[in-house]
Amino acid sequence: MIEGILIGLSTALTLQNIFMVMIGCFFGTIIGMLPGLGPMTAIALMIPITYGFDPATGLILMAGVYYGAVFGGSTSSILLNAPGVPGTVATSFDGYPMAQQGKAGKALAIAAWSSFAGGTFSAIYLLFLAPSLSKVSLSFRSPDYFALMILGLTAIAAFSSKGQFLKAMMMVVLGLMLASVGQDSLSDITRFTFDNMNLTDGISFVLVVMATFAMSEALTIILKRNDPTAAAKQVSLTELGSIKIDKEDRKKMYKTIPRSSVIGFLIGVLPGAGATIASFLAYGMERNLVNDDEKQKFGKGSVNGLSAPETANNAACSGSFVPMLTLGIPGSGTTAVMLGALLGFGVQPGPRLYMTNPEIFWSIIMSMYIGMVILLILNLPLIPYIARILAVPKNYLIPLILFFSITGIYVMSFNNFDIYLMIGIAVVATFLRLYDFPMPPLILAFVLGGLMEENLRRSLLLSNGSWEFLWDRTLTLCILLTTAFIVIWHIYKTFKMKN
Amino acid sequence: MNINTTKIISLLFFIFSVFYLYTAYQIQVFAFDENAPFNAKTFPIYLGYAGLFFSGLKLILPDPETVKVEHRNLEYKKTSILIIIAIIYGATILKIGYFLTTSFFLFGSYYFLGERRWILMFLLSFPFVAAFMYLLHGVLEIYLRDPFLQFIGVMG
Repeated sequence: MIEGILIGLSTALTLQNIFMVMIGCFFGTIIGMLPGLGPMTAIALMIPITYGFDPATGLILMAGVYYGAVFGGSTSSILLNAPGVPGTVATSFDGYPMAQQGKAGKALAIAAWSSFAGGTFSAIYLLFLAPSLSKVSLSFRSPDYFALMILGLTAIAAFSSKGQFLKAMMMVVLGLMLASVGQDSLSDITRFTFDNMNLTDGISFVLVVMATFAMSEALTIILKRNDPTAAAKQVSLTELGSIKIDKEDRKKMYKTIPRSSVIGFLIGVLPGAGATIASFLAYGMERNLVNDDEKQKFGKGSVNGLSAPETANNAACSGSFVPMLTLGIPGSGTTAVMLGALLGFGVQPGPRLYMTNPEIFWSIIMSMYIGMVILLILNLPLIPYIARILAVPKNYLIPLILFFSITGIYVMSFNNFDIYLMIGIAVVATFLRLYDFPMPPLILAFVLGGLMEENLRRSLLLSNGSWEFLWDRTLTLCILLTTAFIVIWHIYKTFKMKN
Repeated sequence: MNINTTKIISLLFFIFSVFYLYTAYQIQVFAFDENAPFNAKTFPIYLGYAGLFFSGLKLILPDPETVKVEHRNLEYKKTSILIIIAIIYGATILKIGYFLTTSFFLFGSYYFLGERRWILMFLLSFPFVAAFMYLLHGVLEIYLRDPFLQFIGVMG
């Protein structure tokens, strides 16, 4: 293995490849910041360019684009509450409030360091555990995935404080209902489309997230006569963009990062689970682990609440490379595009990849890490300038948020029906937000809806309609017991606090 | 009877769940799938009942922390104008094209939000959209349909 790592390092550290990672990180960050254009689009755009290079260089460029786009997505989440990709939704829960308090630079710095640390930990896990974890990931069956989705939904506990549990559950059901619109994945039967062709493919994630977060946030600001730049006006531009993280906050991150990286990496390894579930789970887990004082800060700019999902989503990104490289199974849409590129280079991923093409296997792993180092070096000095977006006057900032949201939707489908649908959902979401109905549970349920139905279908069909699959397998039972424990613990804590 | 808005929202959600459940039962599945343990309408039916259950609970249980919204303090006029501008944007984008509609959308939004610095408003609409369009269309090669720019010969 040491020999492989050295081969990988020597390939990744050539001047040409370092330059490629830098270019990739830079373009990835810009593309990731544009709503609607996530890592998958960014990598897909790079494929034609990479065919001019050798496989290792091409993949190194794509790894840079990947990490850059994930970081870019976090930036728009934190500054504008406009997460362009599912993996960065949880980042906005505490990142956006922190930025609103005039600490935009600090929020971006916490995100950058957490991403880097998450990536570092997961690169270490990847080095030592990749081959054995691929076998574990294959042992997961539909009932386990279904149980995992239920566990993912327990993250809503984080939004159900102050007697809002029923409101959060109603939003979960609404999210699942929205996810059920469109063709059934197995039979192709259309559901809830009301003969409207535009709904046949269902409602896109970006549309729902832009409507419920970015657009509804902009409308709420106008409706409530708030000023999102008020806090930024109270502090100097230097303070707004300051990337200094004080000792107390660093201490919190030291605890959060290792545990979130483990959960992120393990979830990332599972095909189909990915960064979204990882970030929500890490957020929910972190909220359960911190003390009561810190728990009160969640959703209001908590350092732990920002660091946990950022660490987990980056760790999950690395984790998703495990099934792709070792089994040839892409764990996410992004790795599916990368798998296509690998096949285009004539490289067949699978258990023998690191025996037949060690320089590619190890240079991908090494370049991913170097990509993260370069991303940090490139982006930290830029944060003070990026944070100044919040110093833009409200009369310009709100229309620009609306512009990026609507454009993000339009470039995805070139269909004005999606714009109307987005406006409709945003108006309903704005009204619901006025009465403290939380939006994150809706988004989480919307993301998990399709996967939940798919795995419940398989489980029920395999068990011939019996619900015994829930306790037939030890793994399923363990996940469900963990879920039950979290729910009971949460109810107990709420009850205790009330008393 | 004094009923708060959260309860009204819960009631609306309850009615919506009834409608959703009714529609779920109307989903036509293949004949061979009708008695299968799981078909296209199974999950939506569960969801419909879950919606009834949670909104029903919210309706009947006491609401300890009622949210009070001062409607007099809300800015309905500007919000409605922004929504109308966005709807007009959706209605015209395919006919007129991305450049003009987006530029007018931004310019109009700045104006109705109270901005009057005309030069800055202009710079942050027309040239800004042109630069953004160049990034999407020219650099990233994402095709943007624009009949107006095609008509004046700027786009092929």
